[in-house]
Amino acid sequence: MPDPAPALLTGWGRTAPTLATVVRPTSVAAAVAAVASAGGRGSLARGLGRSYGDAAQNAGGQVLDLTLLDRVLELDDANGTVTAEAGLSLDALLRYLLPRGWFVPVTPGTRYVTLGGALAVDVHGKNHHRDGSIASHVTSFDLLLADGSVRPVTPQDDPDLFWATAGGMGLTGIVVSLTLRLVPVTSAWMLVDTVRAPDLDALLAGLTEGDQLSRYSVAWIDCLAGGRHQGRGVITRGDHAPADAVPGSGDPLAYRPHPRLTVPPHLPGGLLNPLSVRAFNEAWYRKAPRHRVAEPQRLSTFFHPLDGVQQWNRAYGPRGFLQYQLVVPTDRDDALRAALELLRRSGAPSFLAVLKRFGPADPGPLSFPRPGWTLALDVTASAGDLADLLDRLDRLVVDAGGAVYLAKDSRLRPELLPRMYPDLDAFRTVRQRVDPTGRFTSDLARRLDL
Amino acid sequence: MIDALGAPQSLLVLGGTSEIALAVAERLVRDRVRRVGLVGRDSVGVSQAAVRLRAAGATEVLERTFDAAAAGEHEKLVEDLFGAGDWDVVLLAFGVLPDQAAAEDDVDLAVAVAEVNYVGVVSLGLRTAQRLRAQGHGVLVLLSSVAAERPRRSNFVYGSAKAGADALATGLGDALRGSGARVLVVRPGFVRTRMTHGLPEAPLATTPEAVAEAVADGIAKGRSTVWVPGTMRWVMSGLRHLPRPMFRRLDL
Repeated sequence: MPDPAPALLTGWGRTAPTLATVVRPTSVAAAVAAVASAGGRGSLARGLGRSYGDAAQNAGGQVLDLTLLDRVLELDDANGTVTAEAGLSLDALLRYLLPRGWFVPVTPGTRYVTLGGALAVDVHGKNHHRDGSIASHVTSFDLLLADGSVRPVTPQDDPDLFWATAGGMGLTGIVVSLTLRLVPVTSAWMLVDTVRAPDLDALLAGLTEGDQLSRYSVAWIDCLAGGRHQGRGVITRGDHAPADAVPGSGDPLAYRPHPRLTVPPHLPGGLLNPLSVRAFNEAWYRKAPRHRVAEPQRLSTFFHPLDGVQQWNRAYGPRGFLQYQLVVPTDRDDALRAALELLRRSGAPSFLAVLKRFGPADPGPLSFPRPGWTLALDVTASAGDLADLLDRLDRLVVDAGGAVYLAKDSRLRPELLPRMYPDLDAFRTVRQRVDPTGRFTSDLARRLDL
Repeated sequence: MIDALGAPQSLLVLGGTSEIALAVAERLVRDRVRRVGLVGRDSVGVSQAAVRLRAAGATEVLERTFDAAAAGEHEKLVEDLFGAGDWDVVLLAFGVLPDQAAAEDDVDLAVAVAEVNYVGVVSLGLRTAQRLRAQGHGVLVLLSSVAAERPRRSNFVYGSAKAGADALATGLGDALRGSGARVLVVRPGFVRTRMTHGLPEAPLATTPEAVAEAVADGIAKGRSTVWVPGTMRWVMSGLRHLPRPMFRRLDL
């Protein structure tokens, strides 16, 4: 096992660095030993560091980098499940699964997340309206607890602990392996419809209608467009392509995604400014076809477009950037409209804004997805009066009965959390039961007083 | 924790009853700070300051008294303060401003000034920095002075102690690089407060509120030095290189 080393850690947004002792266990036994040796400032699991804020940081304490616990343990073709160690990335898992005719039940917008991290934030994907978030497809996991024991947890045997861990931000213990239900596929391709929507009404209607038709759907939204163009966007929706719909004569299950570009380090700030983003948005909207049906696209193009560019987070310059993701109930599209208006008037340039309709929630008290509209956007950390803008968005979201996503948060006021997550006390009760001394903690837990 | 936009949630003030310190505390409480530690010379002053900060929105105020010159007692004090929890920002705001002529006559007075303004910063600055290093995050803020940049005929007892404290904090900032903790040195010009009341006002005089704004901004932007007002930086960089016979003749 590599020696523990102090390291400054940040999330993907590259803001608020703090120092932790990073340990990289190569076995479950080593992870158990490391947790036992953690000092008063506790321990925390970290995967590939794709949470945007401080979720995978533990200032002054121990951080267990689990990326060396990355083995596939068992593929059960009969039941359609895979059991793997928690540090395995979706990228590696997809390379293993696709040639064998399987796909993951849920994937977020990047495949560079670990299975453990995906469960800890209960990730959702473009199929949430149909399939829910990832925890609904996890049949069991092995959890390393504060007392040093490793216990299998299923939703049947200990539903409280299972659901507190799903979306529990790594604070109930360390998931060392898990079993995931899979989706059978006959190709590594998608058939994709693209629809341009000239305003928000058309966009919401298009998403609602598209959700009946397609397993996967999402919209890119232009946050800078105002007036009659407010909320214009491009909807993409798709389904897995059958083998006979795949172009060319190669193996339909061949899957070879490769990052093509890397953003150089030390770019200056200010490259993504209102002007450049406005120009990008205009071009992006214009280049999308008004309506195109059943276009074959590679899985990686459809699900993980940004993974084509390594270290894209550097493009925001040295100050880093923030992601903000909100959800408001389906009938509160007025709040969504108000949020878009606030964003537009602030002029804060959002390069990648995404809108989607969520389906039913799962029982996780800290799980983010719930029925409604979810809007995700990112802004440079130096953009104008960002703190004030985001505080106003928080109030709007809370008053509409919505929430923000903790995997992306890095600046929420702790007093708003119980209103966004009304079952917070249920989470705290479980944590008190399995970790009474608070051995597992994080900067996010300290900041939000979880 | 200090969030992604640089707003802290807790603030420990050593020298917590000074007007500048209170202005900084009020400014940060208006934003995200909810937990405040106030350490001052006398308990009455500390309680009065605590009342003000609770009214401004602080939900938890820890009150303690100390003597900045009693370095022997500082270890226990700092242990007690950090035993209560992490501090995102530690503000060293204590200091005395003697009458220059009196300090030249009464050497004991000059020594006392050095003990508070310099030795106090050595003791409390290094001790709190150890704790910030251990907690892996935090900002140590030193209220320095433009007098630290180039001591003058009219204030060299005060200025020399400030120069020492400023040099210590600047070096400490370099030492803390990569530790998650950092140092912000604040160099205000003439600030209109009780401490300076009745003194002839220097050019570019400023207010406690302006200093507070500069501190909040410096923490948020991760700066290591801020001048208040900002133009003071350029004025002092000119004055710093002025030949000594000319500098001596300037009426500052």
